[in-house]
Amino acid sequence: MSTDVVTPAAERGPEAETAVLTVNGQPRELQVEPRVSLLDALREQLGLTGSKKGCDQGTCGACTVWVDGRRVLACLTLAVTCEGHPVSTIEGLAAAGDLHPMQAAFVEHDAFQCGYCTPGQIMSAVKLLEEGHASDDAEIAEWMSGNICRCAAYPNIRAAIRTVRDAAGGERR
Amino acid sequence: MRPFSYARAADVATAIALVREHPSSAFLAGGTTEVDLVRQGVLRPGLLVDINDLPLDQIEDLPDGGLRIGAMARMSDVARAPGVVQRFPVISQALVLGASAQLRNMASMGGNLCQRVRCSYFRDPASPCNKRDMGSGCSALDGMHRGHAILGGSEHCIATHPSDVAVALTALDAVVHTTASGGDRMIGIDDFFLLPGATPDREHPLERGELITAIEVPGWPAARRSVYLKFRDRQSYEFALASVAAAIQIQDGTVTAVRLALGGVATKPWRARRGEAALTGRPATAASFAAAAREELAQAETRPMNAFKAVLAQRAIVRALSTLTDGKA
Repeated sequence: MSTDVVTPAAERGPEAETAVLTVNGQPRELQVEPRVSLLDALREQLGLTGSKKGCDQGTCGACTVWVDGRRVLACLTLAVTCEGHPVSTIEGLAAAGDLHPMQAAFVEHDAFQCGYCTPGQIMSAVKLLEEGHASDDAEIAEWMSGNICRCAAYPNIRAAIRTVRDAAGGERR
Repeated sequence: MRPFSYARAADVATAIALVREHPSSAFLAGGTTEVDLVRQGVLRPGLLVDINDLPLDQIEDLPDGGLRIGAMARMSDVARAPGVVQRFPVISQALVLGASAQLRNMASMGGNLCQRVRCSYFRDPASPCNKRDMGSGCSALDGMHRGHAILGGSEHCIATHPSDVAVALTALDAVVHTTASGGDRMIGIDDFFLLPGATPDREHPLERGELITAIEVPGWPAARRSVYLKFRDRQSYEFALASVAAAIQIQDGTVTAVRLALGGVATKPWRARRGEAALTGRPATAASFAAAAREELAQAETRPMNAFKAVLAQRAIVRALSTLTDGKA
C-alpha cells in the first residue's frame, strides 16, 4: 500500500488535471481526465507504445505492465490511480541497452509471429518466474493464461520461459 | 468512456462520506469489472471514490481456527497465504481457478463479492435487461442462455453469478463485515447475495455508502480437506459452466457432515442444502453422492440451451466428493 501522502477527499475531474506518474523510474507529468486508462496515458500521452491495446476489456493481456512491481492490466487501470504507485513498462526492461534475458529468449526461440502480444507476454513472463509458477509446461500455461497469442506461438513462448528459468538455476521459490 | 470525477480516500470514514454524499458515486477497488462496465456505458458513475489505499488488506489467522480476510486483500495474496492454503484449500483453489494472474493481482476480495454478472445482455446497453434497467425485460429468457442459471432464477432475470471464491466462502458459512455512517454490521454470506426475484437490479443488501471491510471464515477442521472443482469451456481463464465447493466429514463410513456449494449454475453462489441434507447420515459411497446431487438438482429450471448444466452440476458434485474420499467412494 502506498505511503505517499494523499490529500483526503480531494476531488478531481471530470476535466483533465495534472497527474505525476512514476514510469520506468522517471517522474512523468501529464494532463489526464480521471476516465483515462493507464494504457491510453502511456501510449497517447507519454509515447510509450510498447504496451499494446488488444481488447481494451481485460481479456487479452497485451497491455500487461507492472504497478507496484506486480503484473496488472493497464486497460482496466485508471491512470490517476497510479499516482504514488510506480509503473514499469516493456520500454524499461532492457538495462543500458542490453536486452532483458526474457527478451533475448523470446528472440532466440522465435516466441512470436505478429508480435502484437509480445510486450505483454514478456512483462507477464518475467513476473511468472518471480512468482514461482513455472515448474513445468502445464503450470506455465496455467499461469500465463491471461496472455493470449492469436498466432498461437505458445510452444515457443513456453520454451523461452523455460530457458530463462533454467538459466537462473531452476525455479525460484 | 463517459466523464466522471475521482477522489482518493485515505481513510474509511472519508470514503464512506464521499459515496454517501454523491448519489451517482461508487467505490473503486481493483476496478477489473467496474472500469470495463463504465467504458461500456453499463455503469454511469459521476464520481469514483478510490479505496485502494485504505488499510483493509490484512489476511489474519484467528485464534479459533478461523480466518479474517481484509476487503482490500487481493485475490492473488489470499490464494497464497499459508493459513488459507493449509486450512481452507477450497478458498485458495477457487481463487487460483478464477480470472488470470494479472486480474488476481488487481481484484480485491470485497470487490470480488460485488462483481457484476457476465450476462451479455446486461453488458450491452442496447439490449433489454431488468438488472440494468428494471422493467425493460430479460433478453436471456428466450435468447442465448447457454451460460445462464438453472437455479435461483426468476421471470425477470436468470443471469449466473460469476464468482468462484464466493462459492467457496458460501460453503464455509463466511460472514461479510461492513461499515457505514450508522455503524458496523455482519451479514451471513448467504444473505449477502440476493435472489433476483422481482428486483434483479438489487444484488446485495448494502446501503449507499456501506463498505465491506472484511470477510470472516469460521474455523472448521474438516475444511483442511476441502476442494473446489470447476468445469468450463476452456482449461483456464474462463468462467464456470458448473463448479462445486465441497468438504466432508466421515465417521466409520458414514457422512457426519458435508458442505456443498455450486457455482456457474445459479443466480447467486448456491449453497446446496438439499443435497447436504440428503447425504448427511448416509454411507459415504458414490451412490449416496449421486443421490444427493440428484436431490439438489431436482429443483433446477432448465432452458433449451442450458439443460446440460443440470447433468454437469451433478457430475461435479459426485467428482468432488469422490476426490475428497480418495476415490474410495
